[in-house]
Amino acid sequence: MTDITSLSLFELIKNIKEKKISSNEAAKSFVDRSQKSKKLNAYVTENFENCLKLSKEFDNKPNYDLKLPGIPIAVKDLFCTNEVRTTAGSNILNNFVPSYESTVTQNIWNEGGILLGKLNCDEFAMGSSNETSFFGNVQNPIAKDLVPGGSSGGSSSALAANLTPVTIGTDTGGSIRQPASFTGTVGLKPTYGSCSRYGIVAFASSLDQAGPMSKDVKDSSILLEVISSFDKKDSTSIDFKRNNYSSELTRNIKGIKIGIPKEYRVDGMPDEVENLWKKGIEYAKDCGAEIIDISLPHTSYALPTYYIVAPAEASSNLARYDGVKYGLRSSGESLIDMYEKTRSEGFGEEVKRRIMIGTYVLSSGYYDAYYLKAQKVRQLIKKDFDEAYNKVDAILTPSTPSSAFKIGEKSNDPVSMYLNDIFTVPVNLAGLPGISIPAGKDKNNYPLGLQIIGKPFDEQTVLNIAYSMEEKINYKNNITDWWME
Amino acid sequence: MDGIMSKNNSEYLIERNDNIYEVVIGLEVHAQVTSNSKLFSSSSTKFGAEPNTQVSLVDAAFPGMLPVINEYCVKQAIKTGIGLKAKINNKSVFDRKNYFYADLPQGYQISQYKYPIVGEGNVILDMPEGQKQVGIERLHLEQDAGKSIHDIDPSNTLVDLNRSGVALMEIVSKPDIRSPDEVNAYIKKLRSIMRYLGTCDGNMQEGSLRADVNVSVRIKGSTELGTRCEIKNVNSIKFMQMAIIYEANRQVDLIEEGEEIDQETRLFDTKKNETRSMRSKEDAHDYRYFPDPDLLPLEITDEFINKLKSEIPELPDDKKKRFIDEFKISPYEATILVSDIDTAKYFEEVVAKMGKNRDMKLAVNWITGELFAVLNNKNIEIALSPISAKNLAKLINLIKNGTISGKIAKTIFELMMDGDIDPQIIVEEKGLKQQSDPKALEALIDKIINDNREKAIEYKQGKEKLFGFFVGQAMKASGGKANPQLINEILKKKL
Repeated sequence: MTDITSLSLFELIKNIKEKKISSNEAAKSFVDRSQKSKKLNAYVTENFENCLKLSKEFDNKPNYDLKLPGIPIAVKDLFCTNEVRTTAGSNILNNFVPSYESTVTQNIWNEGGILLGKLNCDEFAMGSSNETSFFGNVQNPIAKDLVPGGSSGGSSSALAANLTPVTIGTDTGGSIRQPASFTGTVGLKPTYGSCSRYGIVAFASSLDQAGPMSKDVKDSSILLEVISSFDKKDSTSIDFKRNNYSSELTRNIKGIKIGIPKEYRVDGMPDEVENLWKKGIEYAKDCGAEIIDISLPHTSYALPTYYIVAPAEASSNLARYDGVKYGLRSSGESLIDMYEKTRSEGFGEEVKRRIMIGTYVLSSGYYDAYYLKAQKVRQLIKKDFDEAYNKVDAILTPSTPSSAFKIGEKSNDPVSMYLNDIFTVPVNLAGLPGISIPAGKDKNNYPLGLQIIGKPFDEQTVLNIAYSMEEKINYKNNITDWWME
Repeated sequence: MDGIMSKNNSEYLIERNDNIYEVVIGLEVHAQVTSNSKLFSSSSTKFGAEPNTQVSLVDAAFPGMLPVINEYCVKQAIKTGIGLKAKINNKSVFDRKNYFYADLPQGYQISQYKYPIVGEGNVILDMPEGQKQVGIERLHLEQDAGKSIHDIDPSNTLVDLNRSGVALMEIVSKPDIRSPDEVNAYIKKLRSIMRYLGTCDGNMQEGSLRADVNVSVRIKGSTELGTRCEIKNVNSIKFMQMAIIYEANRQVDLIEEGEEIDQETRLFDTKKNETRSMRSKEDAHDYRYFPDPDLLPLEITDEFINKLKSEIPELPDDKKKRFIDEFKISPYEATILVSDIDTAKYFEEVVAKMGKNRDMKLAVNWITGELFAVLNNKNIEIALSPISAKNLAKLINLIKNGTISGKIAKTIFELMMDGDIDPQIIVEEKGLKQQSDPKALEALIDKIINDNREKAIEYKQGKEKLFGFFVGQAMKASGGKANPQLINEILKKKL
């Protein structure tokens, strides 16, 4: 029989339900492969022993009615997990062990999932390459010294390397879709308000959204069905009718109208990304979709808008890490001195940069020019999409302007790093669902992704288009296990 | 002579070198919302618990914790707004006020900045010279901070987060207040309204009501506002008045010396009775207010507001009017009786229990006289009065129907306090019933006149003062039980 770790989530569930594989066998396989893959540095905290123990308990008392029966799953270290260290990739939370569980992870455990470990990420999810993590760089299993994307870089790396059958990430400006694109995997950012933010370490509250990352589209639909829920503990959670995404999944997208926004043809975009997009359009046509040219006129303002709104919220969200209550505390002469030393030692460069930007744009005298203006532009960006959706059902774009880059290549150039999010950020600003699916490779054989953006709460259409195109694209990752001795 | 001059009772003017200054005061009152749980969490708000025993993960700002608005607190704020005759805003927004302090776990306070839940309203003060209206600028909801304790550990500051996240209403007045007496009346009126509504218990000792006091001075008659100083967090009316007097005089002195007043935040030192600078305008915090992205704008429908309006009880101003109209008591008496909701309740119960043949004058006098004296002496609230309204009403009726004299009533009143005893029982057990039988009293008086022949003659000759002597003798002979009115009548006849 084939290696358990290379199975899709759907296949793994099927095998477990048919009692061909036990939960403990699955857990052992993923633990074993994870232990042989330490060079990837995908894990911040391993929960291997506990996972093996819980998988045995599941096998002793199996419940096959659950959606994730005894499935081991590693999650991004931004989700608070009860009794398991949660760091958000930061020194300031290096020793932090929550006494509570995020709603999203709780939903997974309620359906039979078992925590395999906590996956590396950019510090407080601020980054596009996983290089800002206090716990070090993460290797992309595609090639040595290649970034796995970010901020959910540990998640994308572990997923592509078959260390976990599926995983969850968070996406504030592209942090699920960009790493999925860089690793040849699928990543879905749901509509804002779909997945509860309760228990997720906050980066930018009005943009943060948890979502599934998986090896194929069907797996994402299974996981989304589990994690998406209305939650009274999150005031921005929305009580809408959620589909049974996996059972309603269909490749029949005949007559669906897909928009191609001209503003996404940005200067300096490599030909191979342009060509990929063109190919994507052909695939969509082949699937029976109708292609319509559309305009999203305020697209070019999305990135600057994002880099005002997100740091502003972050500067305030991160004020609670002050050394008083939990996490790192450096000793100081006075309260102020303690704050300064704790936060200087606790936060990394990128986090400090964004706290400073955020503090600046909220300062009196600058608020109107930056924050308020950005909020107005954000409304215009939202309106662009609203108008486009009068004509089309979904929008097709590249996921990123380039493929994965080398570790260190952009780490001294924050602006070039920020440009990575150019296609993903507008989706967060407008609160829309968006998925990245692997769609081709560049000249180095590095994966490239296409993004499908949907109407609010219409994850089903996004998934259906992705599911249909996925079959036509027939992408295969070529992972050589180069990191294993 | 330099000094403070006062034209009528509540005016406060400062005279220096022939200049007459008036003081302009605006208050930002922080009133703790009466609610079992906090503004954004389900932790208890009970006063006096062990430190850090009423703290949820939200209150302590653990990673990933989110605020969820407590609907009850919103209702309380709206009710208060209605009580202040204020505009209730259909849409309001919670903002973050960012600053670092050890007892502020989030690193920001959730408050309302640009769009408060309640807009402009007003409060009527009953001053000796008449009524005065003070404008309300706004009322908004916000979280309280925790408490830093500096005096337990010699080298550390300890933090108690029990209060962290407790709902406060900040009620901002317009700069309409002109004297310490008006401050007293304003705070008491606010407190009274909120206690009627059940939205704030107004307990200043427990910190349920505190105020930041804005003070400026100007030449009387001027319409421009002077530079103001804000005195932070004053927690009693007395201290507010002391702080204002000190601060106003300090400002006048500066102006008279030709100096400028710095707009600044000051603290009142209750021991030294002085205000001192805390921070200048230049050092003022930049709070970087912005809408809290964890919370949606608060949207309130007219239907919701109207429903709450229908639940609003009769408030002090209306009650006062009704007392005057219905019970024919004086405005002064009515003001006293309505000022506290429990007093008003007590009075109304006495009135109800007195029945048809009620005597308002007696009721008012007994409550504001004897009862208030006892409550004051024993320092107890009227709600816990040792004599119930029912029994006080009985006592008043016993006076009214002539069963006992007012004097005996005072004796009985004392005895009633020992466990709220029915006055009727005391009268019977102690045989304190008033002698109102004219024949028996005539016999008694005949005997007295007989025993004091000479004095009776002196009286007849014009020494009218002696009338009191005979009354006293008659009362004494009856053991205080004789009906004084009858005694008077009989004496006049017989002498």
